[in-house]
Amino acid sequence: MSFYKLTHREYFDALKEGRLLGLKCRQCGGYTVPPKACCDGCGGTDTEVAGLSGKGEIKTFTVVRVAPEGLQAPYIVAMAELEEGPWLMGNLLDVDPDRAGMDLIGKKVSVGHRVVQMNYTAGEGVTPVFKIIP
Amino acid sequence: MRKVAVAGVGMTKFGKTDKSLVELFSEAAMEAITESNIRPGDIQALFVGNCLGDFAEGQANIAGFIASELGLPPSVPATRFEGACATASVAIRDAFMWVASGFYDTVLVGGVEKILHMGTPLATRTFAMASDSRYEEFSGLTFPGVFAMLAHMYAHKYGIPLPVLKERMALVAVKNHKNGAKNPLAQFQKEITVETVLNSFMVADPLQLFDCCPFSDGAAALVLTTEEKARKMVQKPVYVLGIGQGSAGSLCRQKDYTVMQSRVASARQAYEMAGVGPGDIDVCELHDCFTIAEIVASECLGFFEFGKGSEALETGETAIGGKIPINPSGGLKAKGHPIGATGAAQAYEIVKQLRGECGDRQVDGARIGMTDTLGGDASTIVNLILGV
Repeated sequence: MSFYKLTHREYFDALKEGRLLGLKCRQCGGYTVPPKACCDGCGGTDTEVAGLSGKGEIKTFTVVRVAPEGLQAPYIVAMAELEEGPWLMGNLLDVDPDRAGMDLIGKKVSVGHRVVQMNYTAGEGVTPVFKIIP
Repeated sequence: MRKVAVAGVGMTKFGKTDKSLVELFSEAAMEAITESNIRPGDIQALFVGNCLGDFAEGQANIAGFIASELGLPPSVPATRFEGACATASVAIRDAFMWVASGFYDTVLVGGVEKILHMGTPLATRTFAMASDSRYEEFSGLTFPGVFAMLAHMYAHKYGIPLPVLKERMALVAVKNHKNGAKNPLAQFQKEITVETVLNSFMVADPLQLFDCCPFSDGAAALVLTTEEKARKMVQKPVYVLGIGQGSAGSLCRQKDYTVMQSRVASARQAYEMAGVGPGDIDVCELHDCFTIAEIVASECLGFFEFGKGSEALETGETAIGGKIPINPSGGLKAKGHPIGATGAAQAYEIVKQLRGECGDRQVDGARIGMTDTLGGDASTIVNLILGV
C-alpha cells in the first residue's frame, strides 16, 4: 500500500477532469496544495484528500520573454493564493502579455489546467492555469 | 570542532573559454595549492562543486577525473556536490565539516561550470531544472521569471512604485559593474549607466537584460586546513568563523518570498557560530543573480530592514567605502556566474579582501567578511563568515 494519499500523477489526472484536489490536515485543519507527503502547515501525516473551490487571487506575475528550449515566449507565469490558503504556480491565460501590469495583482481568478509537453521530463505535465473572473 | 583555515585560493578568469570542466577546475585548484605552499599529494580529500556538467559536456561523476588530473593519490576520495547556484558553497560547507571534525587536516574544495557554449535556450532550460519539476517547471517558469515575480511582489508589498524600484534595481547593476571594472578576473570590466539597464531588452517583466547576471564559464578553489597547519603554510591564513545552510520547497509553498526563510535561517546559523551580527560584517559577497536579488538578500542578511534595502542604493551604503560594501568583486552581475563555481569565487574574493590584496576595489581594513549563495528558488542557501 502506498504511503501517498495523493500522488502528483493523481493530482494531474484530477486537474484534467476539472477538479482541484489537495490534502486537508486532520490535525491542524490546513490545506496542502499541490499535494506532498505531509501537511505543509504542521508536518502531520494524518491527512485526507479534499476538493478545493478553485478560486483565488493573483499575488504576483511575470511575462517570460526568453523561454527555455522547447517553449515559445511570451507567456505569463503567475502565483495565486487560493481561498483555502495555499498558493499555486501557473499560467495566466486570456491576458495580452504586452498589457500585463501591476494591476493584475489582487485580481480574482479561477483555476483550470493545461497539459504541457517538455523535454527532459518523465511524461506529460499538467500545470494550473488562471483566468480572471470578470 | 577544530578551527578551520583557508590557506590558499585560486580562480580562473570568468567568461568564455575553450578549456574543459576538468581543465578549468584544475587551473583554479593548482593556484590554490601553490598559494598554500603544499603539493597535490598533501590533499586528503577533494570536494567538487559542479551543477550542469551532464548537459554541458556529457560529463557526470567528474570528481574522480579531476583528482586524477591533479595527480591526487588513489586513496583520496573525490566527490561531486550539487546545489544549483549554491553548488560550490554546499561543497565548502561539507569540506569545512570534515576538517572541523578532525577526520581530515587538509582538503581541496571548489566549483566549476561551463555554460556559454550551450546557448541561451538550452542554458535557460537547464537552469529551470532547479525549480520544482513536479509542480512548477511545467508553467515555463525561468530563473529570470522567479526574480521578476519577486520584483513585482516586492514593489506591491512595500508600496514602492515599480518605476522607482526599477531605478534602484538599475543602481545595483551600475554599482556592481563599477566594481567589476576593477577586477581583472571579471567577465565584464566595463562601467554602465542606469540608462544602459533601462534601455536593454526585457527578459522577464520587469527584469531587463542588464538586471540579469550573465551565463559564464569559470572555476574557483580553496585549500582548507587546520589552524596549526595553515600557520605553517602561509603568512596570512583566513579563518572560517561561521557557516550555515538552509532549505526550502517550491515557491508556491514559500508564498511571500520577499523574506526568504531558508536564507534567514542560514544566516542566523552563520552569525551564531561566528558570534557576530550583521553590524560586524565589513564586506559581503552576496547572490546578485538579478538586481532585485541583491536587494532582497541584503535585507535577509540583516544589513537593512525589510522593505528598506532598495533605498540603500541611492545613498551609496553598499558601495565600496559605504556602510556595508556589497559585491566589491563585481558580484554575479559583472564578475560572472558560472553557477557551480560561484560560491567558491565569492569566498575567493572575501579571502583576498581580508588579506588586503584587492587593489583598487579593496575595502579598507576589512577583518570580517561574509558570503551568501542562493541555489534554485531559495531551496538551498549557504552563508559563510570568514575573518582574520
